Amino acid sequence: MIAEAGLAALWLAAGLAALQLFLMIVALRSGIAVARAMRGIAVVQGALTLGAFAMLLLVFARTDLSVALVFENSHSAKPFIYKVAGAWGNHEGSMLLWVTVLAAAGAFVARLSRRTSEKTLVAALGAQAALALGFYAFLLIASNPFARLDPAPLEGRGLNPLLQDPGLAFHPPTLYFGYVGLSVAFSLAVGALLTGQVDSRLARAMRPWVLAAWIFLTLGITAGSYWAYYELGWGGYWFWDPVENASLMPWLAATALLHSINVLAARGALKAWTMMLAVIAFSMSMVGTFLVRSGVLTSVHAFAIDPQRGTFLLALLAIYVGAAFVLFAWRGAALKEGAPFELVSRESGLVLNNLLLSVILGVVFVGTLYPLFVEAVSGEKLSVGAPYFNAVAGPLALILAALVGLGPLLSWRRKSRPVLRRLTVPALIAATMLVISVIVAPAMGILPRLGLMVAAFLAVASILPLVGRNPFRAPLATWGMVVAHFGIAVSLAGMAANGAFTAETLSVARPGETLRVGPWLVQLEGVVPGAGQNWTAIAAQLRATRGQGPVMLEPQTRYFSNPVMETNEAAIRTFWNGQLYTVLGKPDRAGGWQLRLWWKPFVTLIWAGGALIALGGALALLGRLRLRRRRPPTEWRQERYA
Amino acid sequence: MSRVTRFAPLILLLLVIAALVWRLATPANSDVPSKLEGQSLPAFALPAAVPGKPPLSSGDFKGQPRLLNVFASWCVPCITEVKVLGELKARGVAIEGVAVRDRPADIAYFLANNGDPYERIGSDPQSSLQIALGSSGVPETFVIDAKGVIRYQHIGPIEAKDVPLILQKLEQAR
Repeated sequence: MIAEAGLAALWLAAGLAALQLFLMIVALRSGIAVARAMRGIAVVQGALTLGAFAMLLLVFARTDLSVALVFENSHSAKPFIYKVAGAWGNHEGSMLLWVTVLAAAGAFVARLSRRTSEKTLVAALGAQAALALGFYAFLLIASNPFARLDPAPLEGRGLNPLLQDPGLAFHPPTLYFGYVGLSVAFSLAVGALLTGQVDSRLARAMRPWVLAAWIFLTLGITAGSYWAYYELGWGGYWFWDPVENASLMPWLAATALLHSINVLAARGALKAWTMMLAVIAFSMSMVGTFLVRSGVLTSVHAFAIDPQRGTFLLALLAIYVGAAFVLFAWRGAALKEGAPFELVSRESGLVLNNLLLSVILGVVFVGTLYPLFVEAVSGEKLSVGAPYFNAVAGPLALILAALVGLGPLLSWRRKSRPVLRRLTVPALIAATMLVISVIVAPAMGILPRLGLMVAAFLAVASILPLVGRNPFRAPLATWGMVVAHFGIAVSLAGMAANGAFTAETLSVARPGETLRVGPWLVQLEGVVPGAGQNWTAIAAQLRATRGQGPVMLEPQTRYFSNPVMETNEAAIRTFWNGQLYTVLGKPDRAGGWQLRLWWKPFVTLIWAGGALIALGGALALLGRLRLRRRRPPTEWRQERYA
Repeated sequence: MSRVTRFAPLILLLLVIAALVWRLATPANSDVPSKLEGQSLPAFALPAAVPGKPPLSSGDFKGQPRLLNVFASWCVPCITEVKVLGELKARGVAIEGVAVRDRPADIAYFLANNGDPYERIGSDPQSSLQIALGSSGVPETFVIDAKGVIRYQHIGPIEAKDVPLILQKLEQAR
């Protein structure tokens, strides 16, 4: 009954979405009065999908094996948290999560949006309904999560052990909140293009959504990076894998949007560009979902590959993005831009930021899809890897990071403050860092060295907007900006230190033998068996020393029974100045064991920086929402009840 | 905004969609051509793997294209493959064998039970030739032309459905 109730809720929600879309068309043609019901419909639609998702969680929590999805992705012997997380650790469940967030976001827009004109809101709700309708169709026609099995099997197939990790339980939902949160920006942009009301009011309505989605994307990418780092046992934090790029591209577009939207809100300029970015940001989310779900690109995340589903998703992508671009081409000409900018001003700084972010987005996009294009044209097979991305996107990102220190010091409209003089201290710090790095590590590569310099510069420069004023009276949004920009410096420092100073040892050791990695001496004391709820393991007991007292680490190789699979569990120990990362490999015949050891100085800064960036976003969001409450908007009410 | 700027995103999108449609319509061919193709066989001289059959050396690959089959008596897929190799032999294909990490008595038993399509069988007790050939497992089969150049590498057992491909590769190696 539970599964059937979930399915019924989905069908009802799809019907309501169709009604919502229909009402939008009527409202735009013959007057806004018809649209009164739209807000209510959007809320009910959101509640129904939430109900459907709750039903899915319930069948997974109870391990109801008569539901095909549970049979394929769960097992009675799994820890409870992974039974629940298994609900979205598969194609159908994750698509249901996707529409749930989409419909819930639509409901929130309907309930909370007070800033846009009623007409634009109606158009945006219609666009959101159109998006939801396509994904309902996809779920109900091509990936029903509630399909039954008769007779019910006695035991399930289990969840991929790599996914049985607390990191996974929260990584996909976080990313989805980000991906789908951008759908609101998309819908508002489409709505505004339809009504022609692209103005600062729209920008202020869109901004909290973009901020919220961007915070989730930042958290999701940071968490995903850390998850890959400790779970896959490769010791890397970013692999430029197509699926990673799929999450990075919406983030880059959202970051650009986040900045350009400020120009639109403050100056009423960059209208067409901001609308384009809003469309592109969500399009990149859909491209990401398509790449992950269709298997058109070779990736380590090669799950849920199904060409038929790929075709369906591609059709949705083509329809939605195509329609938005057609609308843009049709309506874009009517958008009147504001006054031209001064060459040195906050606005032009933000334009530069947008240009650099867009170029980086282009670089990642081209690099990700290039193998596909080459094979389509010449039949040649190739892959684009880290060397391309690092060499092309790396320097651009460094330039951008350096400019991040400068931009916030510029004032709107024209140059009035002595900007360069304020940057003297950061510049001196960067120069000091250069001297230190040359003395300490003369052989360091150029990118890590520049990275350390820029990080030092930005760490100081990012704080300057709070210097020379009472920092506790500065708006929360300014604090958010400072924290986020400081987070970039922290993350960059971690990447540069990791690139420059990582020590790696891959060797065979017999019990009793000692290996050296960086400043550490690591002794293999022995190899012992272990077991958990649904796995057995062999674990190496490592005793690591560097001067002071020893540290014990136990990297494991785990053998899961349902499904049968072997995973490496790295043992990682964090210190203030880095991480010791150990992986147990295979035994050799002579009683030795492969050990892979890394000493990664300051590597944790990478994710700490990511968390700071997200925290900055959260502060800014809080500031924007508080501001909203303090200044109760009046215009929309007048318009509505006039 | 100029007309070109307004339509540029749409045109880019159409290009990307076209490429993605192409990919969905023509499923990826995941066979990556072996890097060994076009290279000469490494020089080797293996002792006979079973009494009564001649040993195998790199000098034996002359006169006509031959198959070099890397196999082992302890390898289960090899049992099904050796029957297909028998059919190839019946069509006049010359097949040389390399027995990896094997024992003479076991090979003799394997051939007696499953048929013997090989002209010569060399013994590779430490997998040294197998490694030199870049072969990562058993069974694997190489098409070698009359000049001793590797023309094709087939990974995994040759099944009945692979026979036309192998014959075609042998023909091309002439």
